[in-house]
Amino acid sequence: MQYFRPDSLTPALDWLAEKRNVTIAAGCTDLLPATTAQSLSGPVLDLTAITTLSGISNEEKFWRFGATTTWTDVINSDLPPAFDTLKLAAREVGSVQIQNAGTLAGNLCNASPAADGVPCWLTLDAQVELQSSSEIRRLPLSQFISGPRQTKLQTGEILSAILVPKSSSIGRSTFQKLGARKYLIISIVMVAARIREDNGVITEAAISVGSCNAVAQRLTEVENGLIGEQLDGETANLISHEMVNDVIDPIDDLRSDAGYRQDAASELVRRSINTLAVGKLNVT
Amino acid sequence: MTEQATGISFRVNGKNLTTSTHVGTRLSEVLREEFGLTGTKIGCDAGDCGACTVLMEGLPICACLTPAARVEGSEITTIEGLSQDGLTPLQESFLRYGAAQCGICTPGMLMAASALLKKNPHPEIEEVEDAISGVLCRCTGYSKIIAAVCGTNNADVKPDLPHAGEAVGAPVERLDGVQKVDGSEIFGADFWPVDALSVLVVRSPHHCAEFKFGNLSKFAATTQGVKAIFTAADIPGENRFGVIPPLADQPALAESQTRFMGEAVALIVGDKCALSEIDIDKFPVQWTPNPENLDPLVAQQESTSPVHKDRVGNLLITGNVKTGNYQEGLSNAAHLAQCEIETSFVEHAYIEPEAGCAWMDGDILTIQACTQAPYMDREDTAKILGLEHEKVRIIPSATGGGFGSKLDVSIQPLLGLVTLKTGKPCRIVYSRSESMASTTKRHPAIMRASIGTDGGGKITGMHFDGDFNTGAFASWGPTVATRVPVHASGPYKTPNYLAQARAVHTNGPPSGAFRGFGVPQATVIQETLYDELASLCELDRLEFRRINALCDGDVSVCGQTMQGVGIQECLDALVPHWKLAQDRAKEFNEKSGTVRRGVGVASCWYGCGNTALPNPSTIRLGITTDGHLRLHQGATDIGQGSNTIITQICADALGLPIDKFELISPDTALTPDCGKTSASRQTVVTGNAAQLAGRGLRHRILRTSNMGQTAEIKLEENMLIISENGITQTIHLDELETDKLGYALSCEETYDPPTEPLDENGQGKPYAVYGYGAQIAEVEVDMKLGTVKVCNIVAAHDLGKVINPLLAEGQIEGGIAQGLGMALMEEYVPGRTENLHDYLIPTIGDMPPVQSILVEKPDPEGPMGAKGLGEHVLIPTAPAILNAIRDASGAKITKLPALPHRVLAAIKQAEAQS
Repeated sequence: MQYFRPDSLTPALDWLAEKRNVTIAAGCTDLLPATTAQSLSGPVLDLTAITTLSGISNEEKFWRFGATTTWTDVINSDLPPAFDTLKLAAREVGSVQIQNAGTLAGNLCNASPAADGVPCWLTLDAQVELQSSSEIRRLPLSQFISGPRQTKLQTGEILSAILVPKSSSIGRSTFQKLGARKYLIISIVMVAARIREDNGVITEAAISVGSCNAVAQRLTEVENGLIGEQLDGETANLISHEMVNDVIDPIDDLRSDAGYRQDAASELVRRSINTLAVGKLNVT
Repeated sequence: MTEQATGISFRVNGKNLTTSTHVGTRLSEVLREEFGLTGTKIGCDAGDCGACTVLMEGLPICACLTPAARVEGSEITTIEGLSQDGLTPLQESFLRYGAAQCGICTPGMLMAASALLKKNPHPEIEEVEDAISGVLCRCTGYSKIIAAVCGTNNADVKPDLPHAGEAVGAPVERLDGVQKVDGSEIFGADFWPVDALSVLVVRSPHHCAEFKFGNLSKFAATTQGVKAIFTAADIPGENRFGVIPPLADQPALAESQTRFMGEAVALIVGDKCALSEIDIDKFPVQWTPNPENLDPLVAQQESTSPVHKDRVGNLLITGNVKTGNYQEGLSNAAHLAQCEIETSFVEHAYIEPEAGCAWMDGDILTIQACTQAPYMDREDTAKILGLEHEKVRIIPSATGGGFGSKLDVSIQPLLGLVTLKTGKPCRIVYSRSESMASTTKRHPAIMRASIGTDGGGKITGMHFDGDFNTGAFASWGPTVATRVPVHASGPYKTPNYLAQARAVHTNGPPSGAFRGFGVPQATVIQETLYDELASLCELDRLEFRRINALCDGDVSVCGQTMQGVGIQECLDALVPHWKLAQDRAKEFNEKSGTVRRGVGVASCWYGCGNTALPNPSTIRLGITTDGHLRLHQGATDIGQGSNTIITQICADALGLPIDKFELISPDTALTPDCGKTSASRQTVVTGNAAQLAGRGLRHRILRTSNMGQTAEIKLEENMLIISENGITQTIHLDELETDKLGYALSCEETYDPPTEPLDENGQGKPYAVYGYGAQIAEVEVDMKLGTVKVCNIVAAHDLGKVINPLLAEGQIEGGIAQGLGMALMEEYVPGRTENLHDYLIPTIGDMPPVQSILVEKPDPEGPMGAKGLGEHVLIPTAPAILNAIRDASGAKITKLPALPHRVLAAIKQAEAQS
């Protein structure tokens, strides 16, 4: 079995180009739970020693989040309020132990319908940067995750960074995760919301729901309906059960039934907007 | 770094180490197997439980999720490196606050907490919760862990051990605590003989199937690292085990059909490394799945084929208690309430999956494994392997939680078979999923009940009828079916009563013993109906219970005249808390619409020990010629505290301080039989034996020295110094001849609780001693999301005599955590929830503050008046929470657990009806 942990990107991509059936490892918080074996079966490309793939930087047009940035890194970073949604989600990913190891790119490439980060990134219009030894390309996150546990990552590629356009890094945001216990929980429903306002009037709204579709979805109709409205204690009432449920398509599973998810999703969307209108966020 | 296979160098606890295992191997495996640092525990291999938490550069990580390659050049700290010299203040604090029970989560808790304390020496409760929320504990209910972390850097003084005669009643730190907090405790997976073979168990992937093996010898010969394969054909004895011998029905390895998903069919024996590489799908076994039946009602239909040919209608047994005329009692009632409630499979979810090892010691097959019942293990293992009992020795390892499931054998006969056949030592460590798939569960129940009262609120009659899904094998199904009708009335005067419980086979996992043996399920329906009746009678719900509570001299539904009944005292103790809780709810609800607060109460009673059957314990106590006082304490301490409690009782009976005692831990070769750790029996039954043995040895000492009953005894070096009224006598132990037990002076005593058999109507004296309790739960219900937050619990429990308040509170808090889980989140679905992220147990953030009130209404039979507690504490919690949910929201929950979708549906139903 081969296990390769290079400290720079070029040899990593070259190695990936040469090998077949490579497992790309980052935090391993999804890879190792998926096996009963005591070792990862190879070949394995471990990205965690590549320092250029880690960290958050403020670039001219984007906020760049390196692939192997951990959830703890996000929590400890100084970011504009538009990223509060991501910080709140980061604190609810598994446990402190998982947050210390789990990476932003791993969360996306694992492509769970209940991935905590996805709804947040969607409200930030995130793009993913995909690199192979021969090419760098970008895809909107909404296109990258193509189904449950399915992505557009091609053989020979890694997800090298998540990019958030500066134009989408504006406003305030929140995140709500609903589960049957407080910590260490896979969500029943999640909602991320970002609102930009001008003198109390909503100028931009980005809302997404997770765990209610094969891939988390933006609520475009709801968003459009909010633009031009006053942001106050009444705003959330503009959002009907039907508007939310036109978009989501939940299933029955161990955690809940579909009907409950429909009720809870619309309720959480309203609460998210209400939080942004009147509530106080507890983000440090 | 370049591509490499082995040779990762890193620092562990300040020491440079280089691995020789593969770089993709889990750090937990490297630490334990290669470096012998077994203080880091494995509970799930999935990051769900946090037991394997270590620090990497000071940050907590799950060692099970960390490939060795990741730690190259890093500093790793494990429990063994937490302190360089003695215990740290955090570890001392864990002992002082009673924060470790079984101890399996303790290393993970300590590592996570130490990272927090380094940054913040005086954290708030919320900070502690956030910091250690990634570690699950199944024993403590977390309260004492939080207190220990918060209190680490307080200036508390460690209390002295109590003086002679003052042990009982003192909050003595657990006597086996140090090894639990320093990581040196040896659990099932922590010891293996050098060169032990590993064993992989092949299991049924179907709920119900027939199977045939292909060419096993070819598989063994052609698969790298495989040394042998064993199947049922290799079993030399009778391939049937079961805790109730006449009903023993479970094969150690299935013969030609499997009856539940996860049943063992074959053992692959070989090198640990090689076995982990085996593709189990290539094992030569052909499955022919048959239609399964998982529903206990369908199981009883004529058209359903029986799981066991000789059990018609899939009926294992029916338990029955009848007194008076229940039909009259109900038809003459002024008020009548009835309902049907269904509960789910509940998994014990101890953090330690089953593990152990075996070796030959001469011609003695020796098995060291986690267990609650070493003597029963020996009996079943010997039978399966065709050995005399004396040829099998069971050494219980420390047990990382049991709660009833480690009463049945699991790995013991499998380990024994491999070592017997190969002559070599072997070991088995279950994975989380195989532990969950293959071991017993709490019985799911479908229960119907009707209860009536007269106009004044006194119970006139009750009818209870329950189908208990006992799964594929008998296990403790008969015990559940017997206990439930005895207890379904609750601790209340019920003159007209019929209760029936059927244990019904399905192709579910075997349902067995789980803290309360079916009584928690039955209490859910009885106590929720009591709330309905109280409102029909327009009585306060607590008052309604006080009106009906049993008193001394009252007759139980089994016709037993009750003595030492403490339920009234427990309910009385709750009165001020009940009023405060209701005021808080009222005040809260005046200001809140979406979130509503409610209060609920429920009671329990529970008979200690076997139901109308003998269950003796024997305690041996001796002083050696060189002055060692040894207590052969055979009651398995699975975290509940019997090592400490039994010593406290024995110490006061003998009249020497507990620090003079050396404990000989359970071992079928060294300790007499103290029975199993179940049925809340150890304090009462083994406690009585310990008291008798202590008194007996005291009597022997006093007789030898010719001193009176009130004399004071001191043990100094090899002398016993006995003094009374200014006269002192000395016994020089080294001048005495050793007795047949090898002691200068010794005593062995047996106690068996006096019970009487139950007749065909369940009338008799099922238990010698009962314990009682009642709890108040305060909850907040989100009316639009159906989520429930338990805000506070007050628990009043009658212990008869409090032996150790610190450990008693720990039992109460831990039992409440399991009751809360059963009420709100725990639902095992065979084939779908064999992990700790789909099967949910309470985390530190789900537990409310718990206020314990210890009531002492002495029992005439209990040692110094003491009663059992271990199971009682779980019983009232779920119904108290359900009653609080209904008080808050109107929602009547009819299927447990009360997950948010079920609560919201019940809220909508209640709103539609009103």
